[in-house]
Amino acid sequence: MSNRKSKNNNLIHAECLLQVQRTLRERFCHQSPHGNLFGIQVQYKHLIELLKRTAIYGESNSVLIIGPRGSGKTLLINHALKELMEIEVSENVLQVHLNGLLQINDKIALKEITRQLNLENVVGDKVFGSFAENLSFLLDALRKGDRISSCPVIFVLDEFDLFVHHKNQTLLYNLFDISQSAQTPVAVIGLTCRLDILELLEKRVKSRFSHRQIHLMNSFGFPQYIKIFKEQLSLPAEFPDKLFAEKWNENVQRLSEDRSVQEVLQKQFNVSKNLRSLHMLLMLALHRITASHPFMTSADLMEANQLCSMDSKANIVHGLSVLEICLIIAMKHLNDIYEEEPFNFQMVYNEFQKFVQRKAHSVYNFEKPVVMKAFEHLQQLELIKPMERTSVNSQREYQLMKLLLDNTQIMNALQKYPNCPTDVRQWATSSLSWL
Amino acid sequence: MTPYSTRQKTRQIYSWVGRPLLDRQLHYQTYKEISMKTRSCPTEIRIQVGQFVLIEGDDDEKPYVAKLIELFEDDSKLHFKKRARVQWFVRFSEVPLSKQHLLGRKPHKQEIFWYDYPACNNNISAETIIGPVEIVALAADEMFPVDLKHEKTLFVKLSWNEKNFKPLSLELLAELKKLQRVNSICQKPLEAKTMTQESPSLTTAEHVVKRIESSHSSSKSRQTPTHPVTPNARKRLELNDCPRTPNTRISQQTSCVALGSPGRTKRKAVFLESTSPYKKSQLDGVKASSPVLKVPGKTGEVPYFCAEDDKKSSSECQMTLRTRVPTLKIMETEESSLSPVRRNKRSSVVPSVILKPGKIEKREAKEPEAGSEATITSHRIHRKSALLTLSRIRQHLWLLEDKKGDQEEEEFMPKAEVSDLSSEEEDTSTPSLPRRNPQRQSRILQPSLSPSMQTPSKTPKKPVKPRTPRHATPQIRSRNLAAQEPASVLEEARLRLHVSAVPESLPCREQEFQDIYNFVESKLLDRTGGCMYISGVPGTGKTATVHEVIRCLKQAAQTDDVPSFQYVEVNGMKLTEPHQVYVQILQKLTGQKVTANHAAELLAKRFCTRGSSRETTVLLVDELDLLWTHKQDVLYNLFDWPTHKEARLVVLTIANTMDLPERILMNRVSSRLGLTRMSFQPYTHNQLKQILVSRLKHIKAFEDDAMQLVARKVAALSGDARRCLDICRRATEICELDHQKNDSPGLVTVAHLMKAVDEMFSSSFITAIKNASVLEQGFLRAILAEFRQSGLEEATFQQIYTQHVALCRMEGLPYPTMSETMAVCSRLGSCRLLLVESSRNDLLLRVRLNVSQDDVLYALKEE
Repeated sequence: MSNRKSKNNNLIHAECLLQVQRTLRERFCHQSPHGNLFGIQVQYKHLIELLKRTAIYGESNSVLIIGPRGSGKTLLINHALKELMEIEVSENVLQVHLNGLLQINDKIALKEITRQLNLENVVGDKVFGSFAENLSFLLDALRKGDRISSCPVIFVLDEFDLFVHHKNQTLLYNLFDISQSAQTPVAVIGLTCRLDILELLEKRVKSRFSHRQIHLMNSFGFPQYIKIFKEQLSLPAEFPDKLFAEKWNENVQRLSEDRSVQEVLQKQFNVSKNLRSLHMLLMLALHRITASHPFMTSADLMEANQLCSMDSKANIVHGLSVLEICLIIAMKHLNDIYEEEPFNFQMVYNEFQKFVQRKAHSVYNFEKPVVMKAFEHLQQLELIKPMERTSVNSQREYQLMKLLLDNTQIMNALQKYPNCPTDVRQWATSSLSWL
Repeated sequence: MTPYSTRQKTRQIYSWVGRPLLDRQLHYQTYKEISMKTRSCPTEIRIQVGQFVLIEGDDDEKPYVAKLIELFEDDSKLHFKKRARVQWFVRFSEVPLSKQHLLGRKPHKQEIFWYDYPACNNNISAETIIGPVEIVALAADEMFPVDLKHEKTLFVKLSWNEKNFKPLSLELLAELKKLQRVNSICQKPLEAKTMTQESPSLTTAEHVVKRIESSHSSSKSRQTPTHPVTPNARKRLELNDCPRTPNTRISQQTSCVALGSPGRTKRKAVFLESTSPYKKSQLDGVKASSPVLKVPGKTGEVPYFCAEDDKKSSSECQMTLRTRVPTLKIMETEESSLSPVRRNKRSSVVPSVILKPGKIEKREAKEPEAGSEATITSHRIHRKSALLTLSRIRQHLWLLEDKKGDQEEEEFMPKAEVSDLSSEEEDTSTPSLPRRNPQRQSRILQPSLSPSMQTPSKTPKKPVKPRTPRHATPQIRSRNLAAQEPASVLEEARLRLHVSAVPESLPCREQEFQDIYNFVESKLLDRTGGCMYISGVPGTGKTATVHEVIRCLKQAAQTDDVPSFQYVEVNGMKLTEPHQVYVQILQKLTGQKVTANHAAELLAKRFCTRGSSRETTVLLVDELDLLWTHKQDVLYNLFDWPTHKEARLVVLTIANTMDLPERILMNRVSSRLGLTRMSFQPYTHNQLKQILVSRLKHIKAFEDDAMQLVARKVAALSGDARRCLDICRRATEICELDHQKNDSPGLVTVAHLMKAVDEMFSSSFITAIKNASVLEQGFLRAILAEFRQSGLEEATFQQIYTQHVALCRMEGLPYPTMSETMAVCSRLGSCRLLLVESSRNDLLLRVRLNVSQDDVLYALKEE
């Protein structure tokens, strides 16, 4: 009966669901600074105070935000900048955003800084001079200012660790030097995931860096993780269809108390604490929401979790032909016999021949070129890897290879392999079974 | 921007006027008057001895001011033979900053001071004179005039003798006032003729400067017809005015269209005028009034006229001037090469010729004989067919008058100078004339004539570029909201603790300061050069000490305790490439911007050749090690220059390592560096504490123990003063945060400092491991187990994975898949908890720990 009811509501649901999926996907995929911060309030306070002091008092600062990937570094800085812009100082700060992946050397970085500071019109008739000119130009520009009168500049260096590899660390030296001298007030904020970043700084650069570090370590426990899960999945109050939103949120609440859901979450939490993996899980679960299935269930989450934790190589093995499986089993035996020594095609072929001649009933004795082809296919799939680089004149049959599959992986894959011949399976379990 | 044209921008030609007077004692020729003209705009300015002049200086906006005492030719000099002796005036901005307060009041904007300092060099090149200026001497009790007629007028009230300001002595005042009168009188003959609308006291230079305004004002006044004059002039007026009045404009334009383009005639008129030098026009003007002019055929015998004629002529000029309003208006837009003076003269000439059109042909026929005008003539003949309209004829006649002026002028010249001047004339005018022709023809259809095209011929090679600010001073825009001042004690403390805050003194570096000071001072006093190498770990005050030394020496130089010197600072880290150091040094020394190679040559020339007596240069090279190149040529040069006798270069070099010269420098480089070395030891805890105390003087923000603690901590770590200050700054923040809750004024305690130190120096690895997920921790355990098992510090991923699976089985946990484990491994690798190979190797990638095993064990055990 409930089924029929929901069918009646299908039309409304379809629209609502579209909306739900849009809002939630936006939340999962974009790092919007509107969301809440989880467990990083202390760090946030530190950063915002620092930025405010730069903006209001004109105090120069430098700080590094360090944390593993997905720990919310960008979220933190975006949040802080947004708040800074909301309070009255918005007119009072200039922002420069650099990314180590884009500004791969100081020359490009300087141009970008000049551009973002809108200084290029001052350069005169030619927009950008040589690297040296640009550097002295920019340094002049920054040197001109002082604490009281100049507009503070906030430099945000994403992927800070990549700037460290620039020649002589010129950019970093100069930025930190400005932050430590009475010039234009600057706040240099570096974002990096490398914990050993300070050791990468050259000693003079390091001395000029203030050694302020804000660590983001995902230092929350499981109860909080569930809370985050709930918050991430709940619909906001401004959702148009209030009734549906209420129902949805109720469902989310129920889910968070569900035993199996908690189990899934615990599993996910054990693997990785970062929120991106949670978003991934929720995203996969969200895909299963349809008009006929409007609310998320624990089954959805379990399925999503399974997808997340799938072994990609086992999946590849599922798609192999029987011949290729046989070759992999032969390699596994060789590994067992020779203790991880590399093998070549001839050895594998011999092993395969032995199996086919003595034991096999279902496997056809393929010719050598055919086996070779299968072997090469495995190499293309990177299930086996040559020890040395392939040269033109080396004989392919004798090139040394290594298997990139673990025994457990092979056994698991075989178990799930559809229509696997029994004799092959037997051969796999015991290398001596042909005797 | 600058209203004064200086030599750099427009080349000016200087020539003597009048016969030389031989000075018996000094054996050189003195002159009474000098004339200068710019090539781009052929106005001429004459300056007499006794006049006040502007002298080219460093600042284009504010040239030096002086009184011309003597003009003479000095043959002993290779260049700039034309010399002048002057009595200087100083502007308030030229008074040393430290002495400015002695004035005791705000200086008037246009105030200058009599420079009563005999030691000052007063022999200058006459070619640095920019132009005359008006100076009004005021007695000590006189007030500055409030309504300034000309903002260029300068006032002198006091004298300055490098020690104090004194009122002008009575004799001096009287002399100056007299001079002032003489100045204005001697200019009157010119002024009366030329600038009837302007006040007579205006000098010619001002005149040139203000020609835009004056042309405005004159054109305005011209539009209002005044009382009638002599019938002759009246008639001219009508004749001349007729085709140009608005009513008849259409007819005029149609005639122009027939010839080519509208407005062309006007342009041509402007063009012709602009090419004629000032001096000639003056003569023309005179001629216009003289009876001879009415018989243009006899121009050759224009007699020397006396001053009485001037008044008559000027009134005539004035009248005729009014007739030419439309033309003048156009000229206003092209004021760069025009002056009202010329216009007046010119206009008086034109109508007189028009009155006798019959004679023109005759003159033309005569003129080809004049050698210097051959080029014009061809053009003239060529264009004869076009001589159809009145306007055309008129222009043509102006041209003729021009020529005539040239001739006459040469005849006017005193014999002694004819050769000299005429050669210059040829320089300026002759080449310009042939050019005029093609220019005019080619440009006829262009609607507007750019100023650069009008300036004839002298600078044709370099097209006049739109002037871009060459030394644009880039700047971050200023803030909209005022920066707040610190409100609380802690904020104040934080401000003072910032590394950028400049302390009044540098405690604990007295010895080093004294050594460097003595070194540089002795070199300055001896007028020799030398090198010094300063080393020390970062944050030990090397650069700060040197800056302090330079600051003190500059002060000493101002009080004349040491000779003045030039200070240049370069930083190896602020260069993109070692050779750029030359560019930077040269730019800071001379303002030139050249390429690295050229700069190296120029610098070598400057330092290695026997130059004139110039002041010592002190060069600070920070981060010396970055100037290392494979050939070490940069370092070699830097250390080689001071060894030259004439270089007078003191090089202070700073780097971190004590043995840098021995380690990376070639023998010939380190030998030149010499043995003057100094090393800055890291600060001891006592010194660090002293630094903190001196910075926090009068502020009670820190507990005594707390300061002691931080000083000891930092001294044990690195002895870096920057660290020490940063820690304290962070501690004040923590303290502030703590005390926000209970609103009590905070005092930074040991606890706060400990927290700050922990934040900055505790290894983040342990917290990272503690906060890692279960799987990550399991993986680390597996690594430890594998290492223990194999006895190696490295393992492949596969080995660790098997180990991991085994561990999970033991603990009864579900074991992770390969992909998950791989993700964990790369995650730990990206944080650099592990050192891993690239993930292409997959199972075979080798893994190492980036932390010590004990740390991992400790972190894992903790929970």
